[in-house]
Amino acid sequence: MAHVRASRVLPGFGLSLGFTLAYLSLIVLVPLSAVVLRTAGMSLADFWQAVSSPRVVASYRLTFGASLLAAVINTVFGFLLAWSLVRYRFPGKRIVDALVDLPFALPTAVAGISLTALYAKNGWLGQYLEAIGIKVAFTPLGVLVALIFIGLPFVVRTVQPVLEDLDTEVEEAAASLGARRWQTVRRVVLPALLPALLTGFALAFARAVGEYGSVIFIAGNLPMISEITPLIIITKLEQYDYAGATAVASVMLAASFLLLLVINGLQGWTDRRSAKAP
Amino acid sequence: MTWKRILAYAAFTASYAFLMSVVVLAQTSLLNVSYDVSRELYKDINPAFVAAWKARTGETVTVNQSHGGSSKQALSVIAGLEADVVTMNQPPDIDVLAERGGYVAVDWRKRFPFDATPYTTITVFLVRKGNPKGIRDWDDLVRPGLGVIVPNPKTSGNGRYTYLAAWGYALQKSKSESAAREFVTRLFANVPVLDGGGRGATTTFTQRDVGDVLVTFENEAVAIGAELGADKFDVVYPSVSVEAAAPVALVEKVVEKRGTRKLATAYLEFLFSPQGQEIIARHAFRPRDERVLQKFAGRFPAIKTFSVERLLGGWAEVQAKHFADGAIYDQIVVKR
Repeated sequence: MAHVRASRVLPGFGLSLGFTLAYLSLIVLVPLSAVVLRTAGMSLADFWQAVSSPRVVASYRLTFGASLLAAVINTVFGFLLAWSLVRYRFPGKRIVDALVDLPFALPTAVAGISLTALYAKNGWLGQYLEAIGIKVAFTPLGVLVALIFIGLPFVVRTVQPVLEDLDTEVEEAAASLGARRWQTVRRVVLPALLPALLTGFALAFARAVGEYGSVIFIAGNLPMISEITPLIIITKLEQYDYAGATAVASVMLAASFLLLLVINGLQGWTDRRSAKAP
Repeated sequence: MTWKRILAYAAFTASYAFLMSVVVLAQTSLLNVSYDVSRELYKDINPAFVAAWKARTGETVTVNQSHGGSSKQALSVIAGLEADVVTMNQPPDIDVLAERGGYVAVDWRKRFPFDATPYTTITVFLVRKGNPKGIRDWDDLVRPGLGVIVPNPKTSGNGRYTYLAAWGYALQKSKSESAAREFVTRLFANVPVLDGGGRGATTTFTQRDVGDVLVTFENEAVAIGAELGADKFDVVYPSVSVEAAAPVALVEKVVEKRGTRKLATAYLEFLFSPQGQEIIARHAFRPRDERVLQKFAGRFPAIKTFSVERLLGGWAEVQAKHFADGAIYDQIVVKR
């Protein structure tokens, strides 16, 4: 990629870059700048009060904490799923493959309602969990469950194609050179997959931070305990407090952007590292 | 090549007819932008009005509906949804239309009888069959260990009325604001789930089996009995409750532009007519018309009520004092 930019062997650089920037501005930057502009009308003290009240801070903690945790869990189990789907043949594999995409296609409200029905104290799973003292529905744990559900396909779908490209011969070569199984995974497979895993992680995380529809049903929405930041924004809008809503939105935006930037940076770093490796 | 020409003609005619029908529809239709649980009510009101209007003028009209959270619907009208009339569940959602952009006349309350509210409902309790926890009045809701299901007062008119009913009850009983504040604090400490709206709270209580008592509007409590069987839940009427009047208004800017003022006015007046009031009563909303109320008296037990205007100084004050960011409601839920 880098050498294309440097030497410009390909024609049409100006046109395509111009188009890219115009398109990105129209679709992404204009709506986002509306958020920033609305916020710009507030005084600094008002802004600070809107974004730092204890309720709002508690919601940041829940939203970002649960999203990070859900993304980590999805990265681990998404990797395992992708591995099984690529490396093994088994009956019903195509059905399992299609199932992975379901959280993409399902309206989030449907996901939220079914998860709540499942984990409520009279639900299929909830009745047994409640018996051993684990409450899922209407607690922060429920938020985590919903976020894991909606984020799973992102990791599987980013890791799968890379894993398919990774020849089993490479692993066989490692084995024939005397690597133990764990060494093969750690030294051969994981480095090749790391960029894809990181991308999947970032996507799952970003999706979780912005998720509203499914979480709202299972969260319980108690202030200080199980209120997510998107709910705070909706609440402010319902009170006709546009400025307050956009202030909180801009904080979320800035935090998400920073985190994604860090993850992208990490990805670039692993790319360079694996490029250096023989 | 003639078939192509025929096809072209046909397509042209079809699109012309379609366009004309859209224009015709646009002239003789009304859009009623309303709140969430009025869906079933207006499904019955609209055909009755259309028939009455046809009998009076010979014109055939259509009434279209849009439903959603009350405040969200008001925001949509401000954002450009062309509503001829708005029918909401709390006055602030119409006041905001007057304040922001003058969509509604400032004196909208004076344009129709009863402060432009064709019906009211009250906040009642729904308990599990046989009332196992013995819940009779507001005082029972603050008992430690009880689960009380209330929709979020921040996002739902229903929840706001519940909060105000409890506040008003305690205020009248103790004559002290600090006692009222302590009372609602204890009440909300018993709330395990805050749903976004009235219907969500209904689902949590009836389907998820959470909580011992659901505090909601009378019409919703009656609808639950009809939907889910009267053998599962009992309605409990507290000693005193808040009267929630549902306000209606003409959207001046839109009726002016679309020339629908006469039709829209007649539509809202229909709500106050004996026929409209009877439909309203059948949907378990308390009608304003005394005769209709008498007819359905068995369904509407008479209890003491107070209104936000009379006891609590009106909505503007209530909004600023209780529900604004950092106001009393925020303070009590942050501390709990």
